[in-house]
Amino acid sequence: MRVRKIGATAASVLLLMSLAACGDDGGGGGEKTLTYWASNQGPSLDADRQVLQPELDKFTQQTGIKVELEVIGWPDLLNRILAATASGQGPDVLNIGNTWSASLQATGAFLPFESAEIDTLGGKDRFLGPSFAATGATGQPPTSMPLYGLAYGLFYHKRLFAEAGITTPPKNWTEFVAAGKRLTKGGQWGLAVEGASYTENAHHAFIFGQQHGADFFDGAGKPQFTGPHHVMAVKQYLDFMATDKIANPSNAEYSTPNQPIGDFAKGKAAMLLWQSNAISLLAAAGMKPDEYGVAPIPIADPLPPGGKRVNSHVAGINISVFKNTENRDGALELVKFLTSSGEQQILNKALGSLPVVKDAYSDPAFETPVIKVFQDVLANTAGPLPQVPEESKFETTVGSGMRDLFAKIASGQPVGEAEVAAALTKAQQEMGTGG
Amino acid sequence: MADRPGSTGARRRAGAGWRRPGLAYLLLLPALLLELLVHLVPMAVGVWMSFRELTQFFIRNWSAAPWAGLRNYKVAVDVDSAIGAALLRSLWITLAYALLVVVGSWLLGFVAALLLQRPMRNRGLLRTLFLVPYALPAYAAVIAWNFMLQRDTGMINHLLVDNLHLTDDRAFWLLGDRSFVAIVLVSIWRHWPFAFLIIMAGMQNIPTDLYEAAAIDGAGPGQQIRRVTLPMLRPVSLVLILVLFLWTFNDFTTPFVLFGAATPEQADLISVHIYQSSFVTWNFGLGSAMSVLLLLFLLLLTAGYLLLTSRRRRRAV
Repeated sequence: MRVRKIGATAASVLLLMSLAACGDDGGGGGEKTLTYWASNQGPSLDADRQVLQPELDKFTQQTGIKVELEVIGWPDLLNRILAATASGQGPDVLNIGNTWSASLQATGAFLPFESAEIDTLGGKDRFLGPSFAATGATGQPPTSMPLYGLAYGLFYHKRLFAEAGITTPPKNWTEFVAAGKRLTKGGQWGLAVEGASYTENAHHAFIFGQQHGADFFDGAGKPQFTGPHHVMAVKQYLDFMATDKIANPSNAEYSTPNQPIGDFAKGKAAMLLWQSNAISLLAAAGMKPDEYGVAPIPIADPLPPGGKRVNSHVAGINISVFKNTENRDGALELVKFLTSSGEQQILNKALGSLPVVKDAYSDPAFETPVIKVFQDVLANTAGPLPQVPEESKFETTVGSGMRDLFAKIASGQPVGEAEVAAALTKAQQEMGTGG
Repeated sequence: MADRPGSTGARRRAGAGWRRPGLAYLLLLPALLLELLVHLVPMAVGVWMSFRELTQFFIRNWSAAPWAGLRNYKVAVDVDSAIGAALLRSLWITLAYALLVVVGSWLLGFVAALLLQRPMRNRGLLRTLFLVPYALPAYAAVIAWNFMLQRDTGMINHLLVDNLHLTDDRAFWLLGDRSFVAIVLVSIWRHWPFAFLIIMAGMQNIPTDLYEAAAIDGAGPGQQIRRVTLPMLRPVSLVLILVLFLWTFNDFTTPFVLFGAATPEQADLISVHIYQSSFVTWNFGLGSAMSVLLLLFLLLLTAGYLLLTSRRRRRAV
């Protein structure tokens, strides 16, 4: 009898334990502790931790709120956010790519920043206009705030340019390809690309698309990928490897920024079309700032009919608060801290990005010629990626299609207009099933 | 089964436990609930999802996702559309991959087990060595292959081109047609030690008198393998082949770690294909429909295999 009682009690305890384990939110720590998912901005996850941790410690000292930091690489970030959204078990505060703002806003997982919340951050006008425009769909309260500003630029290797007798960076694509061909010899290539990265590919599809007069969404937010201008835009980027042969076919395997940026730093490639955060990656790869220059990405001259003078998207990282955070005030406090003038100066300097608030530009670190180029691009020739819920799907479908085309080119298969058109048609069909 | 001394006592003790069924069931309950929770509930949720339009607008609140009926299934099986055609292509690739890996792993495992069957020096060491790929954590093992197979910096091309001078052309192993060869070889490398382990255990159960009798009858080593080893291994092999097939058919870790997010079309295995179909377009309803179809396909295949092999066995008896 006694044995039975002990057995029954043990079984009940086990059962309760197992059920309790399933209900645990895994958050740990006290209620004051915030979980923060930061995106990977520097040369490694650890490098980002080393930049962020002292600042978060400062935040804890000021507010008494502890922050558990996790830096997440770009290949995983969107999936992690989706999984967190589906399970409801997410962080309190997190970084997102600003091009995903409207897509993630549509999930309803993030806290909207109403005017009261924006006022506590110093008001809308404190932020740079283009960056603030990429915080969510128009007409709705934004669900993210700008954190780091980024823009695309043409990085060129000064020594390799001098050796090839090229004195100024190319201003249009004819000059760019001509320079690329002169720079391609032996084990050296004119350009390095990250061919297996869907995000990089999609960004270039957008930039080249704008110059060709091709919008990937119509006025109603519906995808339109298959027009002749879209095909020409994507083909022009792929042709750097396919027909111009100024990019190493091995680049089709590249899926992390360190690979093309490493080639550039080692003098294996002479040009990069990259966002401003390449600065910190180049430093980590041992390249000194005076060994490379930065110019705006070329613009077609003359522009095709309907083409726009766009050579970057309004790139950047935003910060969001998960709606089901148990520490809403603490989370907003962290957003306020990270967007403060002082922290913007410290973080953007360390990560090679641009402050998103005007009052941070008083720091002389943001007066260098390189930073001035990016500021100018962001202010004048950067176009916003469409702020529509389907945007992130555009990046994954078109970007992945281009990745497969790069793979075909690398393995010697022909990739002409027909192949590009077929890939874009497939991407558009995939979009059609998602919504 | 022969009665052993003491077995009656043991049976009596076990019987005493069964006379108190309440306790037994209560003790089993946590395991049963956990089993339900871990396996059956997600499976049921997956089936439920496949009938819903579960897109980004509803992933926060699944229950609000609109009813889709059979629409997701129709999209998945419509081989005239890009999605259906890609799924079918992925199915063929996966079948070819699974067959090659199963055959390769079984053959390697069989040969290795046969060679190490007879007592020899360092047999234990060799057996341990052969099991290393199986014992290594899957991620660590496959990511090492990813590094080795890279075109410019990988060890394989360095060996083939720079050391052995077999070819001047640095081949792509992670892109194009060779990516299929790469995934098959890496997968065989990962799975054959398991086949080796199981076949070795099977061989140790074959009575030595059978070989002696065969030798007396004049059977050479080849005939002994054909007439004694293979038939005696048959029950073990049947289960081994089924398990290996299901493992490789559903294998996610090997392709995902080897190719990262950039799976080449030629090595587009179905588990990764379904994962990409869900996450690329945020359409979890469609991904679930594909998973359910895959489950049905494997169930049918397994049932067919078991039916076929058991019939043959009955006929043999």
